[in-house]
This record gives sequence, structure tokens and C-alpha cells, in this order.
Amino acid sequence: MDSTLLLHRLHFAFTVTFHYLFPQLTMGLAPLIVVLKTMALRTGNDQYNHAARFWARLFGINFIMGVVTGIPMEFQFGTNWSHFARLTGGVIGQPLVMEGVFAFFLESAFLGLFLYGEKRLSPKGHWWAAFMVFLGSWISAYFIIVTDAWMQHPVAFERGADGQFNVVSFWGLLLNPWALVQFAHNMCGAVITGAFVMAAIGAYYLLEGKFTEQARIYVRVGVIAGVIASIAAVFPTGDAQGRFTAQHQPVAMAAMEGLFKTETGAPIVILGQPDEEHQRIDNPLAANKVLSFLIYGTTAAEVKGLNEFPKDVWPTNIPLLYYSYHIMAGLGTLFVGVMALSAFLLWRGTLFTSRWMLWIIMLCLPFPYVANTAGWLTAEVGRQPWLVYGLMRTTEGYSKYVHAGNSLFTLIGFMGMYTVLAILFLALMQREIGHGPSATPPHELGSGIPITVA
Amino acid sequence: MVFVWFWLVAIMITGYVVLDGFDLGAGVLHLFIARTDEERRTVIRTIGPVWDGNEVWLIAGGGTLYFAFPLLYASGFSGFYLPLMIVLWLLILRGIGVELRMHMDSPVWRGFFDGCFAISSILLAVFFGAALGNVIRGVPLQKDGYFFLPLWTNWSVGREPGVLDWYTVIAGVVALIALALHGANYVALKTSGELNARARRVSGMLLPALVVVTIISLVATLSIRPELLTNYRNFPVLFIVPALVAAALFGIFNFRRRNQELATFYSSAAYLVFMLVGAAVAVYPNLLTSTTDPALNITVYNAHTGAYALRVGLIFWSIGMAVAIGYFVFIYRMFRGKVEQQASGGGYL
Repeated sequence: MDSTLLLHRLHFAFTVTFHYLFPQLTMGLAPLIVVLKTMALRTGNDQYNHAARFWARLFGINFIMGVVTGIPMEFQFGTNWSHFARLTGGVIGQPLVMEGVFAFFLESAFLGLFLYGEKRLSPKGHWWAAFMVFLGSWISAYFIIVTDAWMQHPVAFERGADGQFNVVSFWGLLLNPWALVQFAHNMCGAVITGAFVMAAIGAYYLLEGKFTEQARIYVRVGVIAGVIASIAAVFPTGDAQGRFTAQHQPVAMAAMEGLFKTETGAPIVILGQPDEEHQRIDNPLAANKVLSFLIYGTTAAEVKGLNEFPKDVWPTNIPLLYYSYHIMAGLGTLFVGVMALSAFLLWRGTLFTSRWMLWIIMLCLPFPYVANTAGWLTAEVGRQPWLVYGLMRTTEGYSKYVHAGNSLFTLIGFMGMYTVLAILFLALMQREIGHGPSATPPHELGSGIPITVA
Repeated sequence: MVFVWFWLVAIMITGYVVLDGFDLGAGVLHLFIARTDEERRTVIRTIGPVWDGNEVWLIAGGGTLYFAFPLLYASGFSGFYLPLMIVLWLLILRGIGVELRMHMDSPVWRGFFDGCFAISSILLAVFFGAALGNVIRGVPLQKDGYFFLPLWTNWSVGREPGVLDWYTVIAGVVALIALALHGANYVALKTSGELNARARRVSGMLLPALVVVTIISLVATLSIRPELLTNYRNFPVLFIVPALVAAALFGIFNFRRRNQELATFYSSAAYLVFMLVGAAVAVYPNLLTSTTDPALNITVYNAHTGAYALRVGLIFWSIGMAVAIGYFVFIYRMFRGKVEQQASGGGYL
């Protein structure tokens, strides 16, 4: 592959992958914090407010990281993908502007009120601040998903004289069916991250024997949210996403599944390594006919393999796509298992004393991050070799005047910068988690002075 | 319609400069006017609740530009690749400088983030000024509408300039001084005691410097691009804009002498607004001029997006911004007044 193109792709891939480590947690925690605030209002139990304060602090750190790593994303459409930006600005400029004016202003305004306004606002007012932060972050996610969904499944456009895309229907673009499905699936993923992190930190405190009253709230809220989100991530949202992909991007689906040849009653490969050269899966562990059933609802259906499609529309990195998809799907299944078992023990009233289960919950903490990242890799590697599916190739989109030396320079710069950010982030998180929920409220942090508003 | 969108983009950029300008300016002066940890903490607290919202104007402005004039966005952002990337890094440094400082009670930790905050603010002010200088000076646009500028070439304003040359450096200095002054007025407005006195003193020292560099930049601009007077000649009423710049400078002088802090702050805001409006009037309808061939200029007519998008965009953009301005008024009212007085009132808000 052309090294300039590869560097521009790596540039975006690296910065967006790092960025998304933070929003997935803030978007997942936001509704859980609303739940905590709601419980506080309804029960009058101040423990819930206490819990909300602790989680707001972790939320705040993640939010800052999300903001500072997010700004480069919008710029990179122009800097590294200028020809793509030029041709598609008439369509995806719309959701990007809408994100700015409808979501970011909302979020930045209410986050300040939420983090530092507890004393000044009434309990109901503070609940509203938390709710608006939740709303802002989810609206923001929707507009970004609309942007990506249009690249995956272009709708509501016409081509102009110079090949540029122009939107022809405001609502058609915003209500792209792909966006609706992808948003639902993605937000399940975010809530899984939020729920697992909340439950895992609760489990850690329980195993340490610290802050046990608070820790039980975290585990309970985390497990209940986790079991709902994990199941919804598989069915209906994951299922719908899979059918959509099979229908509109059959070649991507074939590569995800490692299906080199068309088969009736196609099996689903659970484990095995794709061998592109010989067009087969090595060491396969497969379940017969399941793939046909999952896509078409009947075990006899024919599923198209890669051999049906010309090679120039094959995803450019089939092994990566195959593994990303299998990692996502495998971990998604694991989440359902862990959360269902935890929920069962919670219902039986033995979860808080089942140390082995608490260990499992705690050790699961990194996996939702892996699964969310792998899921996005599946979507975006599966979109290759296209920028706009079927219409504009990735090779056409990058900034031709920004040569490889320049993009490698800035990629290295971002890597260095983000390494520092990661170290700072981990140090701060470790410190907050070490302090625990008994630490002073945020407006008295650090010799009586607030951390400022993100 | 393209005329309207030109001005909407201009409003977003101006809004960004005026709003983020004062917190950038506070950062520029951070190490100089705030000596003790207590004072530095106070400076951070004056901008803490609002800087993130101010920066959203940059994001929303970039989005608006992308939406309305995709060709300009594509060409400009890729052509100014290196300076923009540096701006991004500086924005990251500045964000963590503001936000992470308070997290640990350690002189080393706080000193590090004070340094991040101040140095990145200074460099950002210079870069933003230089960016405007580049747009006014023009860039070597190619036939396909793209270009690529190295950071510097021979520092002269020719057909193949760099991002930095003598002219854009002047623009950078104007921006640095103007934003520092704006920031000093803001810090004076939001603080009391010694910090307030120092900020007011700095504001007084910067004003004559600003008058001088403003005149230099005006002369320099007209010497390299005399055609920028065309719009003014055709519509002499527009000369009111430079007159308002002068009036704003006088306002800073006058209100500062009378200790009217809010009016002084508004005057420096007005200076920034009318400088930018003056530049926008001068370049219209060009968005990016070519140093090689005027036929290659990127203008509002060849860069705009589809007519339907612009029409619908006007509706949702207006609604969105009206609501956003509502938030801003609300937040600034919540955080009005001097910072110390708020602290003595118990809690942060």
C-alpha cells in the first residue's frame, strides 16, 4: 500500500482509537449517574448523592481527556482527508455543525453546573443538570454516528458537477436507518463500559473491605445496568446491525465471518485463523448452519462468500477485520454470561459475599474497552476499501499535498503527547480510586479549591 | 445566501476570538501577573467555569466552515497542516494545564501545569494572529484548489511564502498583545486586591504597545495587499469599521483611567470584534487569496456547499445558536462578580 495513504489512515486510526477510550466511559456513566441522582431523590438516602459525587469526579477526569483528544478529530477531516472533506462537506458538514451547536454547547454549559452547582442548585435542579449532561453526551454521539453511518450507508444525497455530494433531505440524513441501528448498538457498548467500570470498582472495594456501603451501590447499579446493556448489545441491536451489514455490505460480512466461499447452510466460525492465500480458515471450530440462520432466519439459506465479489471491493485487511469482529462478538457473549450470573447472585442476595464472582467482575474491567474498540474496528475496517461505501474509495480521499514525512511527523507527535496524557490519566484515576468515595466533595478538593469545570 | 453564510462563519470566528481570547490572554499573563500559588489559583478560577464553553466556539466555528464552505475547509486545513497540528497540541496542553493543576497539592505538579498553561497560551495567541495574517496575505494555491505551506521559507512575502514571514509575525505580535490586554482586562474585572492592581497596571502598559502595533499592521497590510481597500472605496460607509477600532482603543484608555472595569473589558472586546470585521470586509468575497494567480482564489462563490443545505442550515443553525447563546448568558450570570467574593460566599459557585 502507498505509504502516504497508510500514514494518513494510521493517523486517524490512532487518534480516534485513543479518543474513544474516554467518551465510551462518560457516555456510559452519564445515565448511571442520572440513576444514582434519581435514587437519591426518590429514597432521600444521601448515600446515593455521595455515590453520584464520587462518580462525577471520575466522570470529570474522563471528560477532560475526551475533550482534549476530541478536538483533533474534527480538524483531521480537513488536515489529513482534505479531498474527502471537500467532496462530502455538503452532507456530513450538517451533522458535524449540529453536534457543535446542539450538543457541545449544552454539554459544556451543564457539566459546570453539575460538577460544582450542587450546593447552589436545589436537589431537583441538580438532577436536571445531571440529566442535561447525559442528554448532551448522547446527542453528541448521535450526530457522530450519523456522520459515520452516512459513510457506511450513504443516503439522502445527490452528486454535484465536480463529484461533490450534496444533501437533499435534512431528515433523510438524520434518520438514516443505519444510524439508528448503529447508535443503539454503540450506546449499548458505552453503557457496558460504564456498568462494568462501576461494578468493577465496587467489587474492588468490597474485596478490599473498604467503603462497603458505597461499594454495594456501585455493584448493584453496575450489574443491573450491565445485564440489560449486555443483552441488548447482542439482541436486538447487535443482531440488527449484523443483518444490516449482511444486506448492504455482504462482502464485509463474508470477511468478518471468514467465509471465503459461498455456502448454503453456512457455518459460523467461532475460532480459527483466516489464511488469505489458500482462502480458508485454519484450525476451525465452527457451528454448522448457524450463520445462515442468524442472517436469514433459516438454516438452509445461502450466504455469499468472498469468492462472489471482485477482489477490488474486498476489505483491505481481512485478517484484522475477522479478528476484530470475533473479539467483539466473543467478549459480547462473555459480558452476557458474567452479568447474567452476577445478576442471578444479586437476586439471590449472595453476590456481595461471593468473593469469586467479585473477582471475576473486577478482572473484567478492561474487556469492555477492548470490545468497543474491536467493534469500531470491525465497522471501519469493514468499510474499506471505501470512504463512502460503494462511491468513494479511501485512496481518493487523503490530502495529497501533505506528504508522508509530514504525516509521520505529526503522528509521532500525537503518540508522544498521548503517552503523556495516558500517564497523567492513569495517575489521576489511581489517585481518585485510592481516595475513594470518602474523600471530600469536589468543591473542597485540594486545600479547599475546586478542580475547574471541564 | 453565501453572503449570509460568510458572515455567520465570521460571527463564529469573532465569537471565538472574543470569548476564548480573554482566557487565552489570562494564560499569556498567568506567570507574570500571578506570583503566588493563591494568585495563580485565582487566575485559573476566573476562567475555569467558562473556558471549555469558549473553546466550543472554535469547534462549532470549524464545523460551520466545513458545512458552508467545504472547499475552503479542505484546502485551508490541509495547506496549513503543520501549524494546525501544532495548534492542536497546544490546545491539548492548555486544556490539561487548566484542568489538572488543582488535582494535586504539590508545587512541582502545579508548577508544571502553570507552565503548560502559560506557554501554550502565548504560542496559541501568536499562531492565531499569524493564521489571520496568512489568510490576508494569501497562499500559493494550485490549480486543483490545494496548497501546502512550510512553516517558513525565506521570511519574505513573495509567491512562495511560509506560514511565518515578516508580515505574519507582525500579525502574531498584534494578536499576542491584543489578547494579553483583553485577558488583563478580564482578570482585573474578576479579581480584587493585588492581582487586580497588577492586571490593571499590565493593561495600562500594553495599551500604547497595542496602538503602535495596530498602526504598523495596518500599514503593512496595505503595503502588501493594496487591493484590500477596494470594498472600502466602493462603500465608503464601511470606513466606520476602522473608526470603531480607534474608538475601542480610546474606550480602553478612557474607561481604564476611570476604573470602569467592565467597560474597559467591553472596549477590548470591541477592539477585537472590529479588527476582525474590518478584515472580513476587506477580503470579501475572497476566502483565501492565491499569491500566484487571482483566478485561483477561493471565494464564497466557488467554495460554498449545496443550496438546499445552506437553506436548511440557516434554520437549524439559528435555532442551535440561539439556544447556545442562552446557555452562555445563563452561565456567565451564574459566575458573575469577583472570584474572591464568590469563594467567601461558601463553595465554588
